[in-house]
Amino acid sequence: MKFSEKWLRELVDPATDTQGIADQITMAGLEVDEIVPVAGQFSGVVVGEILSAEPHPNADKLQVCQVTDGSETFQVVCGAPNARGGLKTAFAKVGAVLSAPDGSDFKIKKAKLRQVESFGMLCADDELGISDDHAGIMELAADAPVGTDLRDYLGLDDAVIDVDLTPNRGDCLSITGLAREVGVLNKTSVGYVEADVVVPTIDDTFPITLDDPEGCPRYQGRVIRNVNMAAETPLWMVEKLRRCGIRSIDPVVDVTNYVLLELGQPMHAFDLSKLSGGIVVRKATPGEKLTLLDGNEAQLNDNTLVIADSEKAVAMAGIFGGEETGVTADSKDIFLECAYFNPISIAGRARSYGLHTDASHRYERGVDWQLQRKATERATRLLLDIVGGEAGPVVEAVSEEYLPAAATVTLRQSKVNQVLAFEMPALEIEEILTRLGMTLERSGDGEWSVAVPSYRFDISIEIDLIEELARVYGYNNLPVKVPTAELNMIANDESKVTIRSVRSQLVGRGYQEAVTYSFIESGLAAQFDDKHEAKALANPISAEMAVMRTTIWPGLVKALQYNQNRQQSRVRLFETGQRFLPEGDQLIQENVVAGLICGPRQSEGWSADSASVDFYDLKGDVESLLALGGCADQFSFVAERHVALHPGQSAAIKRNGKTVGYLGALHPELVKSLDLSGPVFLFEIVQAELLEGGLPRFTSLSKFPESRRDLALLVNDSVAYDDIRAIAQQQGGEFLKAVTLFDVYQGKGVEPGQKSIALGLTWQHPSRTLNDEEINEVIDFVVSALKNEFGATLRV
Amino acid sequence: MENIGILLEQGKQAAEQATSAQDLDQVRVQYLGKKGHLTQLLKGLGALSAEERPQAGAKINEAKQALQDVLNARKADLESAALEAKLAEETIDVTLPGRGQSLGGLHPVTKTLQRIEEFFARIGYSVAEGPEIEDDYHNFEALNIPSHHPARAMHDTFYFNANTLLRTHTSGVQVRTMESQQPPIRIICPGRVYRCDYDQTHSPMFHQVEGLIVDKDISFADLKGTLEQFLREFFEEDVKVRFRPSYFPFTEPSIEVDIDRGDGKWLEVLGCGIVHPKVFEYSGIDPEQYTGFAFGMGVERLAMLRYGVNDLRLFFENDLRFLSQFN
Repeated sequence: MKFSEKWLRELVDPATDTQGIADQITMAGLEVDEIVPVAGQFSGVVVGEILSAEPHPNADKLQVCQVTDGSETFQVVCGAPNARGGLKTAFAKVGAVLSAPDGSDFKIKKAKLRQVESFGMLCADDELGISDDHAGIMELAADAPVGTDLRDYLGLDDAVIDVDLTPNRGDCLSITGLAREVGVLNKTSVGYVEADVVVPTIDDTFPITLDDPEGCPRYQGRVIRNVNMAAETPLWMVEKLRRCGIRSIDPVVDVTNYVLLELGQPMHAFDLSKLSGGIVVRKATPGEKLTLLDGNEAQLNDNTLVIADSEKAVAMAGIFGGEETGVTADSKDIFLECAYFNPISIAGRARSYGLHTDASHRYERGVDWQLQRKATERATRLLLDIVGGEAGPVVEAVSEEYLPAAATVTLRQSKVNQVLAFEMPALEIEEILTRLGMTLERSGDGEWSVAVPSYRFDISIEIDLIEELARVYGYNNLPVKVPTAELNMIANDESKVTIRSVRSQLVGRGYQEAVTYSFIESGLAAQFDDKHEAKALANPISAEMAVMRTTIWPGLVKALQYNQNRQQSRVRLFETGQRFLPEGDQLIQENVVAGLICGPRQSEGWSADSASVDFYDLKGDVESLLALGGCADQFSFVAERHVALHPGQSAAIKRNGKTVGYLGALHPELVKSLDLSGPVFLFEIVQAELLEGGLPRFTSLSKFPESRRDLALLVNDSVAYDDIRAIAQQQGGEFLKAVTLFDVYQGKGVEPGQKSIALGLTWQHPSRTLNDEEINEVIDFVVSALKNEFGATLRV
Repeated sequence: MENIGILLEQGKQAAEQATSAQDLDQVRVQYLGKKGHLTQLLKGLGALSAEERPQAGAKINEAKQALQDVLNARKADLESAALEAKLAEETIDVTLPGRGQSLGGLHPVTKTLQRIEEFFARIGYSVAEGPEIEDDYHNFEALNIPSHHPARAMHDTFYFNANTLLRTHTSGVQVRTMESQQPPIRIICPGRVYRCDYDQTHSPMFHQVEGLIVDKDISFADLKGTLEQFLREFFEEDVKVRFRPSYFPFTEPSIEVDIDRGDGKWLEVLGCGIVHPKVFEYSGIDPEQYTGFAFGMGVERLAMLRYGVNDLRLFFENDLRFLSQFN
């Protein structure tokens, strides 16, 4: 909320400057966003009157004006199109000091413009730092006193303070509320605005019915007849409104807005002649239409409270008035509305229509439910003063049952001490709360019964009062310590791998960690996963961020694309994070670890391996992750297709038969369609599987020598190494310690369609040396099993 | 016999002149071998009288020993010269870059997250995580933000349907922890959060760390002390810290914490407060028996301040030239 400091000081005037007030209220929880002076620093500018304006003899766009300051007449050359005889405007006399847009001062001097002498300058808003308007020189009111210093006349020694109020402090959405707060902080009394009862001069009333007393427990109305809509809103009111960010519309609307700012009570004025029957406050009927004051037609929902007459909805209650029944320049009789709406019946409604108004902002947060009478009287007084007319009696429809109950809260000294770790003196407690408008009564030893004023919607329980005490006492004046706790051991499961070690393993292997968005484009999501329909956001920010990823791959691939477009040929990225898999009615949100490699194996260098990475580079990285938990033998890789992967270069990662991840080459079609320079290799694995390890288990070391035999086998190209290894292990007997694959060869000397596989088998007995016959016997088993199973032959 | 001196001199000279182990061995054979010149002299001893024999024999042996010493010395010289030559030949340019995989690095957000986690883990907080797709209850209701509450407007929420949304903070994890565990509770909840807001200073996805401590007699003073210490340790500076009243529906009193790093400007860095009794009630904790405080901070914001990053969007572009600056 923006407010004028000067207006505030009419109510409470502490001995502190603008910045001082801003700091005080900021530190009391009313955060000041900005302080803007109402006008620039200037002096020597007075209200001047243009007596005549004649065309400049040597320039089309200039005029030669005779301007008076009330005692003397000056010749001033002016380029503004609105300079004309009779206009009162801002006149900077010779010797006046204005501030330039860059902040520097400049002095007005006698000048010659195209051979015509000029003594001073007529000023536009922007030249005085009042607004950005440079359309013409200022147009002051006809009754502006010529010769008066402009700063005094417009009260420009003022600042606009913009305070960003939190939703709990609806009570501060008015000059009165802010003044109350400033008074509390400065221990200064506040001169609240009085509103005397306006004695009715006519008997006219307009009937009011509360159809929804829960939503609107109080509605007051007053008829005022014979208003003069041609009257002008006085300058002081226009200026106050302007400084609080509200434009002057017409005197009636200006008065309701003024009361809104002054007291915090939204009001509305109807043109009485456009209302028929009587006022009914009710819920809208579904689909009911209402054209609002901004000209837009709203289709109302039945959760929306409306003000209606006997025929139609005439306003969205607490939000916006209707165009048809609004006050216009032709209005003669008006009906002034002042109501209390239950915050719950207003909250969220404006937003659901894409609206946000000064009224809805206040009603949602809570308007003082005992303020209506005062506001009505205040507005009436102002209206009668400005537009004249005769006021009827105030008619009130009220449902006591649904008005909020006056809250009484019990406050214990012991709880204050405990929460603040500080024995706040009872006198201080009583003083702070009393200044905030509460009434305290001792209800026991170290205990008070606190009556909460009707404007504080945020106080209903003890902690609310403790917050007030802390806030006014000053958070920074309260003590500081750290918690004490028992030094209990924290469980530390040794079989678990930490995500940190997974990350550092990948970093050690040259991967750079990426963070990509969890929401992606839906087409891309489908290209990378044909098994899940990605969960779509109802209100996405853009089509690129529309569905929740079911795999991290699209994000990594986009990051690759981004980097390749920036001349990065070698990319190694990983990411950890959640993926979102809709499975039937269920949604599986699980953390995964994913990686991508592309480009040369090593960074370019004098002895680097500059070959492009391949599947086995990636697999080596994945294996190093699987090995972290010490359970690498539980994992296996099985050739399996994946929609995003090259059909001949993709594998499922299995743990004890269950698929826990995939790896492989990005499908060449995708490489092409995404305009990547490939090949690109990807893995993704369920994080929990990487973190679930085991404990090491010792087996005793044999003192006897190992024996090793090497086998070179010729097998069909399609035979998987893993199957060969499995047979060798099965048939190798209980003392087989290791199977090592030390060569795979295809080419000269090996028939096409075949491959040569060289295995090293190592045996060791725990308690004796194995002899050659034993080993030869086992080797024969292995060889014949491989022959039977895969048609393997020994390569000679 | 008169030749001994001459032979010895000749032998010594030959040894000194030898330029290889082989040459040297030849000299040894020539003088000290079975048929060597000095060995031969021993054979001539028979021609001498019994009185002269020991004296002459000793002289020959002396000469042999002397030559042997020279040979040994020369051998050592040659060996060390050879070693030196070999070492010289094997000298390499030690300034050439090393071989192998270059190191990658962690994302600055992760670096910052891990660091924050560590401060709290060391004083007994444990890390708790939870779902990013949340239900309305855990993201709002249980945190004392009913559906009509104006504070919902502060959250700009992404929805899937009326009841399912992307969490706007990690507070849901706190709720879940309190639902399943009685105090004392000390947790830290890191993770991604989402707000429907995208411009130069807002990202629709960012990271938060929230913390929660619940115990008997946890006070406002404990909150101030903990966060003041944290901020000083995090920035490794004696930053000025101020606590400013604010409003969050789930804490009361609620606080925003500002820091001043010496330039006189207050920067908002985190929000916190004493856990609201209604939040305890929702989660089945007795607010008369226990109190607690909670805090939440934006990780990107802290990373920007810590490392001097000037544009939030850089964190999500994954430009290697940016990422590698944090390696």
